[in-house]
Amino acid sequence: MLEVKNLNVRYGGIHAVRGIDFNVPEGSIVTLIGANGAGKSSSLRAICNLVKKTGNVAFMGQDISKIPTKDIVKMGITMVPEGRRVFSDLTIYENLILGAYTRKDKENVKKDMEWVYSIFPRLKERETQMAGTLSGGEQQMLALGRALMSRPKLLMLDEPSLGLAPILVRDVFSVIKKIHDDGVTILLIEQNARMALKIADYAYVLETGTITLTGTGEELLKNDKVLKAYLGAV
Amino acid sequence: MTVGLFFQHLVNGISLGSLYALIAIGYTMVYGIVRLINFAHGDIIMLAAYFVFFGVGMFSLPWWLAAVVSIALTVLVGIVIEKAAYKPLREAPRISVLISAIGVSFFLENMGLVVFGGRAKAFYVPPIFKGVINISGVSITSLGIIIPIISAILLIGMVYIVNHTVTGMAMRACSKDMDTAKLMGIDVDGIISFTFGIGSALAAVGGIMWALKYPQIHPLIGIMPGLKCFIAAVVGGIGNIPGAMLGGFLLGLGEILLVAFLPGLSGYRDAFAFIILIVILLFKPTGILGEKVAEKV
Ligand SMILES: Nc1ncnc2c1ncn2[C@@H]1O[C@H](COP(=O)(O)OP(=O)(O)O)[C@@H](O)[C@H]1O
Ligand SMILES: [Mg+2]
Repeated sequence: MLEVKNLNVRYGGIHAVRGIDFNVPEGSIVTLIGANGAGKSSSLRAICNLVKKTGNVAFMGQDISKIPTKDIVKMGITMVPEGRRVFSDLTIYENLILGAYTRKDKENVKKDMEWVYSIFPRLKERETQMAGTLSGGEQQMLALGRALMSRPKLLMLDEPSLGLAPILVRDVFSVIKKIHDDGVTILLIEQNARMALKIADYAYVLETGTITLTGTGEELLKNDKVLKAYLGAV
Repeated sequence: MTVGLFFQHLVNGISLGSLYALIAIGYTMVYGIVRLINFAHGDIIMLAAYFVFFGVGMFSLPWWLAAVVSIALTVLVGIVIEKAAYKPLREAPRISVLISAIGVSFFLENMGLVVFGGRAKAFYVPPIFKGVINISGVSITSLGIIIPIISAILLIGMVYIVNHTVTGMAMRACSKDMDTAKLMGIDVDGIISFTFGIGSALAAVGGIMWALKYPQIHPLIGIMPGLKCFIAAVVGGIGNIPGAMLGGFLLGLGEILLVAFLPGLSGYRDAFAFIILIVILLFKPTGILGEKVAEKV
């Protein structure tokens, strides 16, 4: 569904992503794990064309390397950025409406709003509250809900568990699975390697801008190097 | 001072204040979205007045049609200014864009001097704006009533758009986080153009009413109202729309009442705005309704 070839991202002198290749097959959960600063966020932002890049990105057979962000969203790729980035002085309802900004089918938008509220009942209770008043976990739920409002074909998540208490992390991952079960393909970026590998069909390990390991989630969970570097084993 | 006279001054103050509010909104909206003081905003006022002047004088349009055409042209100018002078600098340091804005302002003023000529021209005032209404000893020109009414309608419309439409939500989203707005599929460039367009339209209406009120126009008439409305926006809290309105009314009313109560100080009329600015900034640097915002990085 998503094919990335020879992706490079440079910030001035910093070569943050160094010619990586990876694929996200339709219907799968693919994860990109790596330490802080490995270039994970840069890769996602490059796919969406939020940062300058070189290389090729194809989505459902179509080259999207040069397509502006807003049109990429229209084609069905939605990204939840790192740190949630909800619009804090808009209400929860308004955040969700903006999630559906590209859609013209107003009737279905209403239905999807109910669908999102059914996944996240907390949001419904706080519909008219400013998003900034939500707790970190609730903001992450809102960011996910807002992304779902676009009815994405491919959902890209940048460290959805970042800064959340362990119990909330589990909630987030179970929601991700639920979204996947509803037919959404997922590209997940995580530092929390264990949780990510457990739900991933396929995984890539990113180190200083290069992919150093690939394999199924299960394979990498057992891999010595991964165990040492990312799963805190000794 | 009689009660009647006081009311007369009050109406004048509200009238001037609503004009300031109308123009101040353009500064605050543009700042809210691109963090830029659009110094060319004042010159937009001047252009709007000249467009009407030529529409009536050269093309013999009825005045109301000339006004409509003028507003449309002014909107276009506002959008073109953004595309030509600010958009290419969106990634550049803030100071570059600011200098570009000052450049655009000088350019428009000097182009005005060359193309329109430096001599003041008499602006056509249709008879319906000239009538004087007498209500128990208070005499007010019809323009003095029409200005606040039109302003109020536009201000309410503006607030409605910003707070209750999807485009308004998108504007608020862009003003806080452009990248994330893009991720919603929002056409950020379109929203920025829309913001400049709306700001220019309001300034055009303000400028035309300004010219009706002071019917001598020359290429530098935009400078003083532009400056005062910028101050109004800062006093109210730059980036905050109700703040700009509040600042506008405060300045307009204050200016008129200052002259009314202390006629000896009438020579300092224009200085009033600056004094208010200094006082407010001393006590509340973010303006009356401004929130404490961290610098955007
Ligand atoms: N806007 C930027 N300007 C300059 N350097 C950046 C920028 N964003 C990220 N970097 C650098 O690029 C590298 C990769 O960062 P990032 O993609 O955020 O990594 P990750 O998401 O894996 O933590 C880091 O060295 C980081 O400092
Ligand atoms: Mg990151």
